[in-house]
Amino acid sequence: MSALLDVDNISLAFGGLKAVADFRLALQTGDLAGLIGPNGAGKTTVFNLLTGVYQPQAGQIRLENRVLNRLRPCQIAAAGVARTFQNIRLFGDLSVLDNVRIACHLRCRHGLTSAVLRTCRHHGEERAITERAFELLTIFNLANRAFETARNLPYGDQRRLEIARALATSPKVLLLDEPAAGMNPQEKRELRELIRSLRDRFGLTLLLIEHDMGVVMDICERITVLDHGLTIAIGTPGEIQKNPKVIEAYLGTPGELAPGEVV
Amino acid sequence: MAGTTERGRDLQPGRAAATLSSVLPLVIGIAAAYVLHTYVKPRLDPFYAKVLLDIGINVILAVSLSLVNGFTGQFSIGHAGFMAVGGYTAATITYYGSHRLWGNAQFHGGFLSWTQANDLFEGTWLGGGDLLFPLACLAGGLVAAGMGYVVGLPSLRLRGDYLAIVTLGFGEIVRVIIQRTDDVLYDAEEIQQAGLWTCVTHVGGALGFTGLPFYTSLFWTWLFVAITLIVAYRLKESTHGRAFLSIREDEIAAEAMGIVTTSYKVRAFVLSAFFAGVAGSLFAHQVGTTLNPRELGFQKSFDIVIMVVLGGMGSISGSVLAAVVLTVLPEVLRTFSEYRMIVYALLLILMMILRPQGLLGLRELWDAWASRRRPKATGAG
Repeated sequence: MSALLDVDNISLAFGGLKAVADFRLALQTGDLAGLIGPNGAGKTTVFNLLTGVYQPQAGQIRLENRVLNRLRPCQIAAAGVARTFQNIRLFGDLSVLDNVRIACHLRCRHGLTSAVLRTCRHHGEERAITERAFELLTIFNLANRAFETARNLPYGDQRRLEIARALATSPKVLLLDEPAAGMNPQEKRELRELIRSLRDRFGLTLLLIEHDMGVVMDICERITVLDHGLTIAIGTPGEIQKNPKVIEAYLGTPGELAPGEVV
Repeated sequence: MAGTTERGRDLQPGRAAATLSSVLPLVIGIAAAYVLHTYVKPRLDPFYAKVLLDIGINVILAVSLSLVNGFTGQFSIGHAGFMAVGGYTAATITYYGSHRLWGNAQFHGGFLSWTQANDLFEGTWLGGGDLLFPLACLAGGLVAAGMGYVVGLPSLRLRGDYLAIVTLGFGEIVRVIIQRTDDVLYDAEEIQQAGLWTCVTHVGGALGFTGLPFYTSLFWTWLFVAITLIVAYRLKESTHGRAFLSIREDEIAAEAMGIVTTSYKVRAFVLSAFFAGVAGSLFAHQVGTTLNPRELGFQKSFDIVIMVVLGGMGSISGSVLAAVVLTVLPEVLRTFSEYRMIVYALLLILMMILRPQGLLGLRELWDAWASRRRPKATGAG
C-alpha cells in the first residue's frame, strides 16, 4: 500500500553544510509520528522542505502519489499539507477569528468581483467561513476570545490558535513544529489529549517536532530521530528510548569526557 | 466537516434581499453626490466648494493607496505616477475626443458636470460631455490599472525599502516621459487629421495640458468617492480583504495558509492604481488647475503617503479622516501665510510622536459600535 505522504530520500545542503541528507518518511492515513533530534539537527528544515519553503536538491516528496517538489508553499497548502511554526507566526494585529477565517480562504470559491458586488454566493460563503471558524475555535476553547487581538493572547493560547488556523485549511497532513514549547505541565497534558482527538475527529495524519520527551513518547506511534541532518533511528517510542545511537546523539559517548571531568 | 462552498450554498440569503443590499449603498452614494451638487453647492462660497472638491479627490487617493500600503503592507510611494497616467489618458480622450465629436474642446456637459467656469452651460440636463467624461475617467482608471500590474510585478520579489524605490522610480519615469511630449494641438483641422499616436504624444509636455474642458463637478467627484469607499469597505470585510491583510501581517504564514501572495499583491496594485487613475482624471478636469507633470511629481506621492500613515495603516475611515484634515489644514493655516508649511510639518511630527500608529491605527470609526456588528456564532454543527 502506498503511503499518504511519501518522502523519498530528500536532501538539502546550504553551501557545504548538509542540512538534511537522504531523509525518508512514509506516513499512512491516521499516523501520529514524531520527529526529534538535538538542536540544529535539521528538523525544522525538514518541515520547510515538506511545505515548499525550501526545494529539495534531491529526492521526491509525494502526497497521495502527487509529486510536491517545486510547488510553492500556497500550492502545497492547497494540496493538503498544513503546518504551524516554531516561533509563532500568527497574524498578530488581527482578531483571533480573522486568523482562522484567513486560513479558510483557501477552500473558498467566490471571486473578488463577487465580494465587491456582494452576491448571494459571497454572503453564503462568508457565513460558512465564519461558522466553520467558530466551530474550530470552539474545539480549541478559544471561541470566547474570538474578537481579541491575536497578539494579546497568552502564549499557550497562541500555540493552540496556530493549530486551529492550520486546521482551517482542511489539511490531510498536519505538521506541528514544537506545539508544546512554552506550555506549562497542565497545558501540555491538555495538548496531548487535543492532538489525539484531532487525529480521531478529522482523520488527520500528524507529524510533530517536539523537544518534550514526555509528550513525544506518550502520543507518537513512530519516531524518526535526526542528528546533523542524518536519520539515525526510526522506530516506536520504546525502541527509540533504548537505541544507543539516539542516546549518543543526545548525551554524547562515554569516551568524549575525560575521566573525572566535571560537566 | 463539509467544505465552505457547499455549506455556503445552504446559507445564501434570498436573491431579492441580496440584490437590494448590494445596490443600495451605491444608490445612496449617487443620491448624496446629487444632493451635494444640486442643493449644497449653490449655497456655498466657491472657495468652500473647491475645498470640498479637493477633499473628494484626496479621499479617493488616500483610500486607494491604503489598499497597497495599508492593507497589503507593501510600501508604494509612486501613487502620483498612477494619477498622472490616468489623468493624461482621460484628458487626451476628452480633449481630442471632443474635437472629433463636436469640432471643439469646449464644455459639452449638462447639469451634472456644471461648474461656475462653464458659462456655456445651455440648460440641458444631460449633455454629451456627461457621458464622455465618466467614460474618460474609467478609461484613465483602466490604463492606470494596467500600469499598476506592471509596477506590481517587482513587488513579488522586492519588499520594504527596495519596493519603495522602484515605485518612486516609476513615478519619476512617468513624469519625465510626460515632460518630453509635444505641445497640445490647437488647430481644429489639424486635430481632425491627427492619428491616435499623434494625439497621445501631443499632451503639452512641461507646459501642461491646457485647454481642457472643466467637467469635474462635485457630483462626479463624490460619485467616485462613493464607489471607492464601497469597494474598499466591501473588500476589507471579505475573505479577499483578509487575504490582503494577512500578507501585511506575515507573508510567510499567509503563504503557508494557502494565500497566493503573489497574485494578491498584484491585485492590490491593480485596484489601487485604478482608483488613482480615476482621481487623476478628476484632478485633470478641475477648474483653475492645469494638468501639469510638475504637479504630479513625488511631492504629490508623499502627500498621499502622509495621509495613509497619518490615518492609520489599513483603516479606511482613518484614511478618509486624514485626507479631510490634511486638505483643510493648509487652508486654515493660510492665516499664518509663509509660516504655514512649518506649522503643517510640526503638526505632523507631533502626531507621529504622540500617535505613531496613526489617528485610528488599524481600527475603523465604526468599530466603536463593533459589538453590534460582530458576526454571530451561528449554531455550529
